[in-house]
Amino acid sequence: MTATPDELFAAHGDLLDEDLLDDWIELFTDDCTYLVIPRENVQRGLPLAAIRCESKGYLKDRVVAVREISMYAPRSQRHVIGAARHQPDGTVTASYAVFQTLVDEPTKVFSTGRYLARITDCRFAELHCIYDSTLVDNSIVKPI
Amino acid sequence: MVAEAWPQEGISRIPYLVYTDPEIYALEQERIFRGGSWSYVALACEVPNAGDFLRTSVGETPVVVARDKGGDIRVIVNRCAHRGAQLCRDPHGNTSTFECPYHQWTYALDGRLLGVPFKKGLDGEGGMPADFENAEHGLETLRVAERHGVVFASFSAEVEPIEDYLGDVMTEYFDRVFDGRELRVLGYLRQRLPCNWKLMFENIKDPYHATLLHVFLVTFGLFRADQPSATRMDKTGRHSVLVSSRGEQTDSTVTRSLRSYREGFELQDPNLLTPVREFPGPATVVMQTLWPNLIVQQQSNTLAMRQMVPRGPLAHDLHWTFFGYADDTEEMTAIRLRQANLMGPAGFVSIDDGEVMRLSQDGVAVDVTRSGMAEMGGRGTDDEDHMLTEAAIRAFYSHYREVMGL
Repeated sequence: MTATPDELFAAHGDLLDEDLLDDWIELFTDDCTYLVIPRENVQRGLPLAAIRCESKGYLKDRVVAVREISMYAPRSQRHVIGAARHQPDGTVTASYAVFQTLVDEPTKVFSTGRYLARITDCRFAELHCIYDSTLVDNSIVKPI
Repeated sequence: MVAEAWPQEGISRIPYLVYTDPEIYALEQERIFRGGSWSYVALACEVPNAGDFLRTSVGETPVVVARDKGGDIRVIVNRCAHRGAQLCRDPHGNTSTFECPYHQWTYALDGRLLGVPFKKGLDGEGGMPADFENAEHGLETLRVAERHGVVFASFSAEVEPIEDYLGDVMTEYFDRVFDGRELRVLGYLRQRLPCNWKLMFENIKDPYHATLLHVFLVTFGLFRADQPSATRMDKTGRHSVLVSSRGEQTDSTVTRSLRSYREGFELQDPNLLTPVREFPGPATVVMQTLWPNLIVQQQSNTLAMRQMVPRGPLAHDLHWTFFGYADDTEEMTAIRLRQANLMGPAGFVSIDDGEVMRLSQDGVAVDVTRSGMAEMGGRGTDDEDHMLTEAAIRAFYSHYREVMGL
């Protein structure tokens, strides 16, 4: 796999949007960290995240939850991810917007924010999804 | 119509109107949130120093919690005494005064009016009337009570002291988590739930659903019908607590009969759930609901205040403040942060609740002449030692009807 950061982010969005979650997991290293965390906590230096995965195993547990454990209304999501930018500290960032479509409802903006990634061998060793709004519209059912 | 809303069967029925009607909602703001109740507003450790403040709400009313120069915590309504503009826009911070952006009236942290620009006019023209007294135009202030680092506020001059308000049984459970140790905030999660605020309270007062809806809890033995459990109320019925003890992931007769139980399902990373015993007694989960706006969550090692802010009859915001203790080890903090995966807007357990409460709200809105039924475990409001009961919901509505005159 020889993906650029842009291609890696694009694959992340596509695989989540198409519900190809087993393939999505393979974008991460075995000892990866994946966080979905409100900007409020990041700005205040608080560690708590809405989703905290500290290994590939946690990602697998999240996927099982989406498929078999959680009860939720059917929905689809659509990622739009901006150009990746290399930061001086070696991380890569990109803005994102995720739209959510619930059955019988018009499409809504569900989340906007910024990805902060550390990429090793074309995989995410770390991916922080830092969402802008302090308020989540009901639940974050699927990874963002 | 509203006054005759309640079916003659009494508290084992809940009229759908209470989840939808704007008139009932307005009355709740007046009689419950601005009435004789103590609302949770903050943890004292969120405003540790003089001048620290944060914005929050009591019912729908926006308030500011601030620590004044003398070290006392003050709660003031976030509304200028002049023309009603909201004074404080920052969600938190440190300041010596609050200044209204509109006409720059300034107030002390305890709400006293300090300054009015051009109070005496300019060159003999304009200005406030000669009998204008700053002392008569301070901000509206609330009474404040603090117990073991938890701050409550009330609009009522008559409400009893917080310990009497909680009662002996609830105070004992409260002190189990808030034992006087210094608390430390780990972070916030906030969500807007598309349902009436009372559905959230009912949810936490309903052990029956937890043994069925929450596959995660049932499968991993965190909350299951065959485990020791108790539902306790205070003498008014307005507060309650659900208590249970963690069981093993076993293939018993009960688990086999539960559709929610997933045999052979194992976490790929068991670190997610590894609990550490830290509280006295056998209980591993204690969920306390304190009238009118607080849920105290202790599930294994994940601790959180869940504050409800009503946003009209059809929605409410849920603010989760996750915390630990100032003396937690790094390892303990890591455990709390991992177990937070169960809770919040993306929680393995709480996703189910947010989604099912939306279904409830959608369902009741269709025909508000009808009522829901809560007869699990009988029609009474006594404490129970099992999960198959809706007694705490009935007790809640018994008090609700009294306060609301419904």
